Amino acid sequence: MSAVQTMNKIEVKNVFKIFGARAEDALKLIRQKKAKDQVLAETGCVVGVNDLSLSIGSGEIFVIMGLSGSGKSTLVRHFNRLIDPTSGEILVDGEDILRYDKDALREFRRHKISMVFQSFGLLPHRTVLDNVAYGLKVRGESKAMCAERALHWINTVGLKGYERSYPHQLSGGMRQRVGLARALAADTDIILMDEAFSALDPLIRAEMQDQLLELQKTLHKTIVFITHDLDEAVRIGNRIAILKDGRLIQVGTPKEILYQPADEYVDRFVQRRVASL
Amino acid sequence: MFPKNFTFSIADWVNGWVDALVTNYGDVFRHISDTLLWAIVNLEGLLRATPWWLMLAIVAGIAWHATRRIVPTVVIVGLLFLVGAVGLWDKLMQTLALMLVATLISVLVGIPLGILSARSDRLRAVLMPLLDIMQTMPSFVYLIPVLMLFGLGKVPAIFATVIYAAPPLIRLTDLGIRQVDGEVMEAINAFGANRMQQLFGVQLPLALPSIMAGINQTTMMALSMVVIASMIGARGLGEDVLVGIQTLNVGRGLEAGLAIVILAVVIDRITQAYGRPRHGVGK
Repeated sequence: MSAVQTMNKIEVKNVFKIFGARAEDALKLIRQKKAKDQVLAETGCVVGVNDLSLSIGSGEIFVIMGLSGSGKSTLVRHFNRLIDPTSGEILVDGEDILRYDKDALREFRRHKISMVFQSFGLLPHRTVLDNVAYGLKVRGESKAMCAERALHWINTVGLKGYERSYPHQLSGGMRQRVGLARALAADTDIILMDEAFSALDPLIRAEMQDQLLELQKTLHKTIVFITHDLDEAVRIGNRIAILKDGRLIQVGTPKEILYQPADEYVDRFVQRRVASL
Repeated sequence: MFPKNFTFSIADWVNGWVDALVTNYGDVFRHISDTLLWAIVNLEGLLRATPWWLMLAIVAGIAWHATRRIVPTVVIVGLLFLVGAVGLWDKLMQTLALMLVATLISVLVGIPLGILSARSDRLRAVLMPLLDIMQTMPSFVYLIPVLMLFGLGKVPAIFATVIYAAPPLIRLTDLGIRQVDGEVMEAINAFGANRMQQLFGVQLPLALPSIMAGINQTTMMALSMVVIASMIGARGLGEDVLVGIQTLNVGRGLEAGLAIVILAVVIDRITQAYGRPRHGVGK
């Protein structure tokens, strides 16, 4: 088990993402260590991710934390290539996913990586059952298999009896359970969770966090969890990465973040938490 | 007075072009025309051969299926019965056949074009001004060359109707697909849906209310063309309006006019009912 855990599931090497028409010029400037604002002023391009490298181990819950606009949602979309980097390398299981053509990318998304979205991203015209089975159906599993797997996960996340409901008939917490069940039903090694619980009220959020931890005890998935909330990060993360302006500020276990904050930015997060306790 | 040496005219150039088209490709157009005519004549024959009570029963069935309510169904059937009662049943069927064919062609052309235009901003930039032209150009302008190519009768009427009636369907298909929630699209992408799965599984079903509104608009605009269609020799309700005007027979014109309105109302209610989302999708 320890041998597996030391293996890196996802490796990100010197990734830059620049939004705008003059991305090449902006990339040159940012490589000369110019500041984000300066690049924006000179080229009109927005720097989303700035020279970022990190590795995520197999079977860990890796939390990426930062304020809004820090590039965390942009970064996580690089892992399944909903966004392509301007420059850099991304390896999943040692394979360079940026080399994938359309078909290979589709296979990769169907079998290796799934995602949970902040505002759920459920299909409004399909039932809970069909929504949960979506990943399986898309990759061509049999109807019986889809239904059986979907029902299993609907029961596991506690939505038994709602199979025939439509998303708009459910509360926010229940909808996100559908989103979670959909990602779990696809049975991928990696699950990306983009502020998955941020839209939920505090009690439901805590409940969902517990459920996620409980599930992870048996599943041992690689989970990349995005949040802006340090409490949530500390609660569920095996390791936490802190982002600011698209740059990686610190990576470490919750303890390391809390007791040895790398700089004043991280310290401010930590202080707020201490103050609220 | 506008200076003479700045003026020019494209009239001769266009005339030469149309003449060349008629002489060189006349056979091709004749062939298209014959095929279309065959389709319309058969459909019209079928509609007119159907007994009136069976027709009303079919309409009642469709109306019930669409609205699931008794009152609209009864009103729809009652209105059509009235048209028959003033002796315009046959003409109604002729107009209906013309309109159905025009709508079918509009759908076959319009929905794929709308889908393509939702996918490509460049195509959209070219298409939208073209659609503006199609909708605002007075129909007689393109009726003349169409008449030269296809001769008098139903076929040029269909063409004129399609040119006028297809734009709203193209626009609303494009709009409906573009308005599908970005996060839903992102989600199905993240699960590896291919283009066909995206289009038929998500984009078209979610755009359906908008597409049905487009079909509704297309049928309405097609109906507004029936009088013009009758001027170039297509038979039907428009013919009676025209005769009413020409013979100062206001009553006859009004009867036929009201029959057109009734057909419009019936089709409008049915297509609108199909366009309503069934599962609160709009929320």
